[in-house]
Parts: sequence; structure tokens; C-alpha cells
Amino acid sequence: MANSHARQTERKYTVRLAKAADIPQVIAIDAENTGMTKPEYWEDLLDIYNNRVSDADDDGQQKSVKRYRFFLVASDGDSVLGFIIGEVRAWEFGSPPCGWVFAIGVRDQIRQDGVGATLFEALTERFRKAGVNKVRTMLGRDATVIMSFFRSQGMMAGPFIQLEKDL
Amino acid sequence: MKLQKATRCALFAIMELAAGPDRQLSANEIAEKYGISTNHLAKVLRSLGRVGLVEAVRGAGGGYRFSGNRRRTTLLDVIQLFETIDPIRHGEREDGDDTAEGKALCQALMEIEDTARATFASITLDTMIKLVDRNR
Repeated sequence: MANSHARQTERKYTVRLAKAADIPQVIAIDAENTGMTKPEYWEDLLDIYNNRVSDADDDGQQKSVKRYRFFLVASDGDSVLGFIIGEVRAWEFGSPPCGWVFAIGVRDQIRQDGVGATLFEALTERFRKAGVNKVRTMLGRDATVIMSFFRSQGMMAGPFIQLEKDL
Repeated sequence: MKLQKATRCALFAIMELAAGPDRQLSANEIAEKYGISTNHLAKVLRSLGRVGLVEAVRGAGGGYRFSGNRRRTTLLDVIQLFETIDPIRHGEREDGDDTAEGKALCQALMEIEDTARATFASITLDTMIKLVDRNR
């Protein structure tokens, strides 16, 4: 399944599963957004999310809950404009199966052009097809820009509270 | 959590005006819809005007219109023009705060303040207007 889009920029792009060749650009986008370069982290994620044998089917119609992890990119030819990663998880913290968004990033110069919203829609569409009807994420309280983005997509505070303790 | 009257007036007025880019409404029209005092609202609109969120339109059929950016302006931007939602973080102290019990109480209250700030800082007027539409 690949989704074609032409948003405000009139730039045409496709949302598809990430490939190994996309990872250097994903690393660069993440570094632009966070100021940190984490190549091993992103290579590991590709391996976990898109390269496992059990996940090696195409990004097509769900045959079962076989594909429940998604590492997607928005790409214009060879150029990666943004990425999103999510997975369906069940029964952690007592929660019935739901989709979790773990990471999202878009090139700085095309922020506000709708690429993030398209990636989010593409991921939630895949979650729905995987049989879940709830999507969650977790953010730092001070990450107001990204929190505003998720709220603009209709997300609100959920029923869980994250707690922690210094050890 | 309860917001002060002036803050609520400001939020109602700004959501009403920001809902349409060319929307122009009088203080009377807004006050009537929300059942608030026109005089009170007029003062609030002047405060919003001073920071460039609304502008007065003169002449027949004049009123106010939104002049900010609804995708950039957050609830916190409006609220903090009228009140402080995190007084402890801002250093406000009360009797007993220096005791161990007072410090523990401040810690618990600050957790609530921080969550409130994060909520208000991440909800833009654009998101609020979408929420309003969903509640219609």
C-alpha cells in the first residue's frame, strides 16, 4: 500500500515502508529536528520494524495482524521528506490493543506543509486495518511544538499517567 | 480548574473571531452569545488589541476582527495575558511553604501546574476551533 499526495507545496510524494537506502536521510532529518545523530538507533529500528522475516510481506492489505509494526517514509523519488514509526501493542499497562506512535520527523524547511499530517494519517489507516481503533503517543511536557502537532490531529490526553523515580 | 472571568471572556472572544478570517463582530454580539457583560468584554478586547491578537474596525458595521495567527497562537498565549496558571513555578509563596509538609504540598501542586501549562501551551486556536466544530 502506497499513498500519493500533493499538498500545499504542490510537491508530489508517496508514503511507503522505509528501506535501508532511506536511513541516512532519516538520520539527517532526526538530527535536524533533535540536534542528535543516532545512526545505530535508526538502523536497529529499521531492522526491528521493516526487515524481520515475519514482517517481510509487502505493505499491502492486512491478511492478519502479521504486520503490526510500521516504519513509513514520505518520499519524493529518492528524497525522504519525513518519517513516522508506530506499532500495535496489546495489554501493556492493562491496555487493550492500540496503536502507538513512537517517532515522527519532517524536514525543517517543509514544516507546516502537511507532510506530518499525511504520515500520521497513513499510519493510523494502517492501524485501523490492523484492527485497532485507538492511537496513543507519549511526549515530553516541554515538547510543545510536537505536542501541538498531535493535538492538531485530534489527539487529547488519555487515561494513563506516566510516573518515574530517580534510582 | 477554574479560569478567571476576564480570561474566559478573552478566550470566547478570540475563538469567536478566529473562527473566520474575515469575521467582524461587535463586542455586543459576542457578549450576547456568551451572556457576559459588554463593558467587561470591551476592556478584554482592548487588552487583546494591545498585543495584536485582535484589531478594531472603525466605521458603520465596525467591530473587531482577529489579527493573529491561529495556528501559532496557543491557549496559554491568551490566558497568561490575564492570569498566572502556575503561581508556584513563578515563585509565589504561602504560609507554611518552608516546612517539610509545605514543600511536599508544593511538589504535588507543581505537578498539576506543569501539566496544566503543557496542555494550554500545546493547544492552538486552530485546534480549539476544530474541537468546537466537533462539539456542534
